[in-house]
Amino acid sequence: MADVKKVATRDSYGAALVELGQKYDNLVVLDADLAGATKTGVFKKAFPERHFDCGIAEANMMCIAAGMSTMGLVAFASSFAMFAAGRAYEQVRNSIGYPHLNVKIGGTHGGISVGEDGASHQCCEDFALMRSIPGMTVICPADDVEARAAVKAAYEMEGPVYLRFGRLAIPVFHDEDYIFEIGKGEILRDGTDVAIIANGLMTYEAIQAGEMLAEQGINAMIINMATIKPIDEELVIAAAKKCGKIVTCEEHSVIGGLGEAVCSVLSEKLPTPVKRIGVNDEFGHSGPAAALLKQFGLCAENIAAVAKEFIGK
Amino acid sequence: MTFEQKKELMAIACKVRMGIIESTHGAKAGHPGGSLSATEVFTYLYFKEMNIDPANPKWEGRDRFVLSKGHTAPGLYSALAERGFFPVEDLPTLRHIDSYLQGHPNMNTVPGVDMSTGSLGQGISVAVGMALAAKHTGKTNRVYSLLGDGEIQEGQVWEACMSAAHYKLDNLCIIVDNNDLQIDGRVGDVMSPYPIVGKLEAFGFDVQTIDGHDFDAIEAAFNKARTVKGKPSAIVIKTTKGKDVSYMEDDAGWHGKAPNDAEYEQAMSELKAKLAEVEAM
Repeated sequence: MADVKKVATRDSYGAALVELGQKYDNLVVLDADLAGATKTGVFKKAFPERHFDCGIAEANMMCIAAGMSTMGLVAFASSFAMFAAGRAYEQVRNSIGYPHLNVKIGGTHGGISVGEDGASHQCCEDFALMRSIPGMTVICPADDVEARAAVKAAYEMEGPVYLRFGRLAIPVFHDEDYIFEIGKGEILRDGTDVAIIANGLMTYEAIQAGEMLAEQGINAMIINMATIKPIDEELVIAAAKKCGKIVTCEEHSVIGGLGEAVCSVLSEKLPTPVKRIGVNDEFGHSGPAAALLKQFGLCAENIAAVAKEFIGK
Repeated sequence: MTFEQKKELMAIACKVRMGIIESTHGAKAGHPGGSLSATEVFTYLYFKEMNIDPANPKWEGRDRFVLSKGHTAPGLYSALAERGFFPVEDLPTLRHIDSYLQGHPNMNTVPGVDMSTGSLGQGISVAVGMALAAKHTGKTNRVYSLLGDGEIQEGQVWEACMSAAHYKLDNLCIIVDNNDLQIDGRVGDVMSPYPIVGKLEAFGFDVQTIDGHDFDAIEAAFNKARTVKGKPSAIVIKTTKGKDVSYMEDDAGWHGKAPNDAEYEQAMSELKAKLAEVEAM
């Protein structure tokens, strides 16, 4: 098997910001003393006068971003997902969400693949928090290509956007000519026996799971659902109609994220059995990212096993 | 300012106070105490200090005001209405279910409101963002933000102050309304924020302390603030909560309570008498 190119989507974030920064004067980037880790540091190097470190003060940073947006700047406020979506939740809700301001939030280091830092830094609640804010767009891209496109799409739309990126280098599977659209999922593999809906690093795992299942005569539909809000209801319903059962996969708690978003759509519009794969309402812990993902079942082998059992084969 | 100018501002302040009583009475809810203590400052900002245009509430070149102590929306709304941003007659619809006059400032429904606020400690940070953006783009807009002395118990206020000094935002002027009261009592008893001046100075602000009901002192303070270079300004105003409504003065109970019909009548008659006194000056 040829070596798959791997890029961490946090690197995609930094690269995309630089590319957009070359084109748009009104784009500014804020960070909270994590520019090295969130990769906004590459933007700082390219455009030092347009990068504003707010220090370890995320609440202030979010509101500064809000204030800047009222003056015509498009601010990308960046930190780890835990602090961007968690610590500064109320600021995001009241100073960005409620007035519906044009602020983009880059939450890096989402999920347990943060690794050795451990539970305090492993945010598995950010999808739940951000999607509960009216008018917030919530996106978790699956690879470098989609991540760069998502940052661009976020800049181009009017309104608040939460973008979630990861620390771990993950396989690039989209072609460069992939067209990303906010609110639209993509069918990566058509199928009939079960539909597996995933996002973030779980999408590539789902693709692998699809291949494993195929070897066992199970024909799984694989869907990449990068936008959690607004979720692609049409695609979710179509997949449920065609396959009869859904398995969702996310690097996030099974509570409040992609899985429950899918459940919400289906239970009202087309009641369908759904099995959620995610972090099972528990905290993470320290360890190497790859080992943690395996331990928590966030891997192709587990997705395939769960799907197989779920459809009773 | 001249005697005539001061007299005019004092008369407007009476009318702004009447608007606060009209709106909270009409709403049967709201925050009169802290609106009344800041009335002279609201009046001075919207009638003298700030470069604004009621006919163009979204004019990009305008100065900005963020009511960080957002619950005193009645004070802000009354000043905005008096200044011509929307009809004074609409004030009694404050907080009504179908009214554009939301209980806390809403930038998307109320003409003249530069930022939605209500959750304490956030407005000042937004003001920092506005001032930083203005400096970054080489604009000359000034940014003002009014805070409460209870509000400064919120840690975020100090994050904002730290960043304002760090970024040398001399286009930012914050006003701290030191009426010495919050919901649960005197600020010194609940969670003392004192010394306020010392803290602001330590955080890198140029600080002045004035009588918040004296227009001469207010004028001198804002004029001085304009001359400060390389650091943000703070004006601590010593005020009386509930000022000019006898039964509300210096009473924590009137933080968030609306006057009933009888109380409304008394307040309005006192304010009308005060207005007549000013006009006879």
